[in-house]
Amino acid sequence: MNSFFDLHYAGQILPALLRASIYTIFITLIGFAIALVLGLVLAVLRRSPVKAVSRTVGFIVEFIRSTPLLIQVYVLFYVLPVYGITMSALTAGTVGIALHYACYTSEVYRAGLNGVARGQWEAACALSLSPWRTYRGVILPQAIRPVIPALGNYLVAMFKDTPVLSAITVVELMQQAKNIGSETFRYLEPITLAGIFFLLISVTFAQLVRRLEYGLRLP
Amino acid sequence: MRELLPLLLQGTLVTIEIAACATVLAIVMAFVATAAKLAPWAPLRWLGNAYVEIFRGTSLLVQLFWFFFVLPLPPFRIEMTPFTVAIVGLGLHYGAYGSEILRGALRSVPGGQFEAALALNLSPLTRMRRIVLPQAMINALPPATNLMIELLKGTSLVSLITLSDLTFRARQLDEATFRTAEIFMLTLVIYFVLAQVLVALMRHFERRVSHGILQRAAR
Repeated sequence: MNSFFDLHYAGQILPALLRASIYTIFITLIGFAIALVLGLVLAVLRRSPVKAVSRTVGFIVEFIRSTPLLIQVYVLFYVLPVYGITMSALTAGTVGIALHYACYTSEVYRAGLNGVARGQWEAACALSLSPWRTYRGVILPQAIRPVIPALGNYLVAMFKDTPVLSAITVVELMQQAKNIGSETFRYLEPITLAGIFFLLISVTFAQLVRRLEYGLRLP
Repeated sequence: MRELLPLLLQGTLVTIEIAACATVLAIVMAFVATAAKLAPWAPLRWLGNAYVEIFRGTSLLVQLFWFFFVLPLPPFRIEMTPFTVAIVGLGLHYGAYGSEILRGALRSVPGGQFEAALALNLSPLTRMRRIVLPQAMINALPPATNLMIELLKGTSLVSLITLSDLTFRARQLDEATFRTAEIFMLTLVIYFVLAQVLVALMRHFERRVSHGILQRAAR
């Protein structure tokens, strides 16, 4: 019991933690997929020529970006049922984290869209392309490629924010480690292992993003 | 609304206290880590790199739980009050991010400035304090503002280690009064206002450090 780091015990709890980390990765990937799409929608809406739309979207993005994820998740989980929208903890958590990061990715997309040369817009206009084809065929391919590293950073950041969901009873990696700790009153091994898992997985994500970036770079 | 606000404001005070103390610690840690990473002695460099990678690679909540649950147990037996844990945890976490900002900003100072200071025979401390840092600050402050907002939002997680900050108060009030929607909306607004105040404050500092060189920045 007094040994510094009980390897036997660590080996025993490893499968449970592995399962939890796969679960956590799953939440992250689903959430990130939503954030990528929604962020793009928000970024395009923010450039809308209609002032009311762009102002409102701008305010919502600012508001979500400068308030804590924890409280947003509480709102989704505790407030929405009052209005008749009931979600499971997992759904509320995934939606919450996706919404939060959609606002971050929308800022990234915005930077990318602002980086596209003005002539490209004018050329698309001169060719009389529809807004849809302007974005899809001309602007977005040029806007997204340079911001992939920044988007990748948010994938890693999002993964590291998943423990916040434990506050609404989602049993992700951190919560699993804490549960194990409270069963056996040994916190050193589970929480340290959880930390190591987070480190390993976020480094892996970062590597994958770097490889993707390398593969997609312009010749 | 009238009876909710005083209690929430009490929590807000705790949040501000923690955020302020943690910011100071984070700034100190950013400087220490940057100094270590640029040190001429290799083991010190490794230590600096290890600190930054470990604290950036794992989740803030995992770190807080580690300090809170693991450190008081054998073999460490370091007991800290939740308040200290919060400040140390947040300070170390955001200090690691801050050191990356600082390193980038220092690198952005043209080498000629450094050489000129060397040619004028300024001592290393004066060189840093009077020549390099004032110029680095121009580039460091905008990302530092973002990081400070992240830190402010991060303080909401300390409610999970039993500190009665704004988030904790909101949860408590919610359980006592069941006026869920009102309470959480009010909490979100308070965090938003705090973040806006912080941004306004930092804008002021940004203007001060870039005083007299706006011409160059505008170019």
